[in-house]
Amino acid sequence: MWNKKNLYTGISLILFIIFIYWADNNLDPYKMRILILCGIYVILALSLNLVNGFTGLFSLGTAGFMAVGAYTCALLTMSPEMKEMAFFLEPLIWPLNQIQIPFLPALIISGLVSAVIGFLIAFPVLRLKGDYLAIATLGFSEILRVVIINAQSITNGALGLKGIPKYTTVYWSWGLALLTIYLMVNLINSSYGRALRAIREDETAAQVMGINLFYHKITAFTISAFLAGIGGALQGNLIRTVDPTMYVFQLTFQILLIVVLGGIGSITGSVIAAVIITVLMEALRVVESPMTIGPLHIPGISGMRMVVFSLLLMVVILFYQQGFMGQREFSWDWLSRKGRDNEQTIGS
Amino acid sequence: MNFQLFLQNLANGISLGSLYALIAIGYTMVYGILRFINFAHGEIIMLATYFVYFGILIFSMPWWLAFIFSIILTSLLGMGIEKVAYKPLRDSPRISILISAIGVSFLIQNLSLVIFGGRPKAFCQPSIFTKMVTFGNVKITSITFITPIIAGILLYFVTYLVNNTKTGMAMRATAKDFDTAKLMGIDIDKIISLTFTLGSALAAVGGIMWGLRYPQIHPFIGTMPGLKCFIAAVVGGIGNIPGAVLGGFMLGIMEIMLVAFLPGLTGYRDAFAFVLLIIILLVRPTGILGEKIAEKV
Amino acid sequence: MNKLLEVEDISIKFGGLTAVQNFSLDLKPGEIVGLIGPNGAGKTTVFNIITGIYKPTSGKIFFKGEDITFLRPDQITKMGIARTFQNIRLFTNLPVIENVLVGQHLRLKSSWFNASFNTRSYRKEEKEMRERAFKLLEDVGLYEMRNEKAGSLPYGQQRRLEIARALATNPELVLLDEPAAGMSPQESQELMEFIREIRERFKVTIFMIEHHMRVVMGICERIKVIDHGVTIAHGTPNEIQNNDRVIEAYLGVDLNA
Ligand SMILES: Nc1ncnc2c1ncn2[C@@H]1O[C@H](COP(=O)(O)OP(=O)(O)OP(=O)(O)O)[C@@H](O)[C@H]1O
Ligand SMILES: [Mg+2]
Repeated sequence: MWNKKNLYTGISLILFIIFIYWADNNLDPYKMRILILCGIYVILALSLNLVNGFTGLFSLGTAGFMAVGAYTCALLTMSPEMKEMAFFLEPLIWPLNQIQIPFLPALIISGLVSAVIGFLIAFPVLRLKGDYLAIATLGFSEILRVVIINAQSITNGALGLKGIPKYTTVYWSWGLALLTIYLMVNLINSSYGRALRAIREDETAAQVMGINLFYHKITAFTISAFLAGIGGALQGNLIRTVDPTMYVFQLTFQILLIVVLGGIGSITGSVIAAVIITVLMEALRVVESPMTIGPLHIPGISGMRMVVFSLLLMVVILFYQQGFMGQREFSWDWLSRKGRDNEQTIGS
Repeated sequence: MNFQLFLQNLANGISLGSLYALIAIGYTMVYGILRFINFAHGEIIMLATYFVYFGILIFSMPWWLAFIFSIILTSLLGMGIEKVAYKPLRDSPRISILISAIGVSFLIQNLSLVIFGGRPKAFCQPSIFTKMVTFGNVKITSITFITPIIAGILLYFVTYLVNNTKTGMAMRATAKDFDTAKLMGIDIDKIISLTFTLGSALAAVGGIMWGLRYPQIHPFIGTMPGLKCFIAAVVGGIGNIPGAVLGGFMLGIMEIMLVAFLPGLTGYRDAFAFVLLIIILLVRPTGILGEKIAEKV
Repeated sequence: MNKLLEVEDISIKFGGLTAVQNFSLDLKPGEIVGLIGPNGAGKTTVFNIITGIYKPTSGKIFFKGEDITFLRPDQITKMGIARTFQNIRLFTNLPVIENVLVGQHLRLKSSWFNASFNTRSYRKEEKEMRERAFKLLEDVGLYEMRNEKAGSLPYGQQRRLEIARALATNPELVLLDEPAAGMSPQESQELMEFIREIRERFKVTIFMIEHHMRVVMGICERIKVIDHGVTIAHGTPNEIQNNDRVIEAYLGVDLNA
């Protein structure tokens, strides 16, 4: 049985890789970009779900960590000439103005910088719970943004960075997304995952079972920051510009929407919802851009997408709190009608 | 920095602080009873300014009538939001209600963007609020001292209501212990509804005065004051009305002074509130006037 | 060393209320000792202090000779003290098996890295944990229920599961807070057997709070009685049954019930 499931998983994986390869050769750049974004949003949604869904810490700091990742990666991958052009108000500090490194190490460093900042932020904020934690992490995200606006000689302030090399391909985005899914599934099914869920269910009881609350929370938070940093970096090197206005609370909101829609505490749900929301986000772009249908000229309505998204969020939370998946996960047993057997759950 | 300038800034800080206090009370009252952050409070502020704008533009109301019109409409709106978005979630995990509040906030913001458009509009500026007034050698606009006066009157009114009336008693009972209050025959739904109405009315007054102070309105003006006033409420001790007032004044005065005395940090003005929040939460998580509640195991 | 736990003169105040005053206790390995007293006497508070949830206002606690007074609850559990709660606190949305597995987490050797990459060494450890959990569930008669949500079990089984979860931490001392609460005479009889069995099989010392006098008198070798936070009696079940102060504190309660 177990081997059969592995076989199914392997076959699906191969089919998916073939699909990616096919897409890379056949889809137009616009569609490709959406596909790449899907992979990035999968990573971001899993990052948020790890703390919000599995550990029960309501954090709203994703946008801040994405900003850290995106700026770090941009500064590490841009050529010295591009940097000199971008930083015309105030030159970039040494040694950042000289450095240019390949994408992979830049990505890893971006994740690590974001993780370090996440770790430092976690020290004070993880003493808080519930709404307080939410507002404090949101606050930190805002502070990071304000710092970015003001640190002219590192971030180029409000001007942002332009001309970031477009390194993010579909292989990067989905390769890392698949790796993240794989690691997350393992982690959540492991003893550490159980400890996190125990913390979510009842902190006091978990602590009395010998679980060091702070250590587990801070590790989950740091991993989450790492992933958000990677996601931000991938996004920056896809759209090729970053500026402080990109990393407002609305960005966190979109990722929160994915997590809630997919089911708070479900990896499968996050993956499905990430794809749906990303596609929807692009599809609805039509509504916001001006249209001409025959003689009728409709000006673009900005804000319409977010109206749809906030309505969606409210409908889910009011009428369908479980989202797509609740806390359940996909399993091949669904197909074999064997019923659910919790001994082997996620993705096996 | 001379003394005169200091007084000028102090007056400014008190004025801004009283505005924050007014809005913070709405947060604190709602948090006191339902234990959640009404994320949409900032959007209520924003809508109040638009109601004034349209009252004058479409119905050609005189400004004072537009103000009253806006306060009434905003109160009803606050009540409506509670009924639609929060009431069905009262027995759900607290996180659900917070998410719903975030949803409402974004919905109102973007719906306003769709309906009103993103271009800033000019808020009315009746001359009695813009006159320059001189106290000794300190020169300020009249709104600067009208704000604290109105805020003071309203604060007195609210404090009286909460402390000395039957309704206020029911509010406090509900805040103390939801279930017991219910058992004692208090109509919880009514009390909650009233709390939202009252909080929104205060937010409307705050919003209008915000508009008079910063007379450019657009769909996103509510966000920052909303967040800052929540922080003021937490700093003072959430759930505690005098605390919200204290927090509001502290934040307002400190913010103005920061900009006045350390102009180099002006860019960090909006981050200051969050820094204060985090310091307070670490040093005294219950806020300055809040009481500690130990969890019973 | 023949003292497992030494509680020396602990007191705790909540505002003006002294919930526990100068409470002392020695436990020897393998004993079953009871703690009784009227409602609100401070029994649960004593447990909360021993397990580190509350810090005492004064006094000290030693476990196996080490001072544990100011350790965190998880550190204390790691040293070998496990407990159950008066109002059952299972992880209700997690399956029965996971509740027991969580209890073993504190002895986990693998790192986050090994767990995330599901390495061979992690798989081995996970397998051992599961085997131990199965064994434990068999011992307490919940093996058949292993995949049910903990919250969906009937009350009596939830109590048993909570004990199993405590045992999963591999303790030397188990604190049981009213394990027979809400049970029928028949069920509490079974529970007594169960507790005796646990002591034999897991070689643990048991310190329990209990209101069912039949249970307390039936299995405890020594009993402590507190009232309003003050220790009023201490002795064998027989001595306690005939102690005037105890009878006074329990006025109206028939100790032979
Ligand atoms: N965290 C706390 N804050 C304030 N008072 C507390 C706290 N925990 C316990 N108390 C008080 O301490 C006293 C003792 O409580 P405790 O729960 O220990 O009683 P008990 O003997 O276990 O009673 P029962 O038989 O009802 O379980 C009670 O008056 C209780 O209200
Ligand atoms: Mg008790």
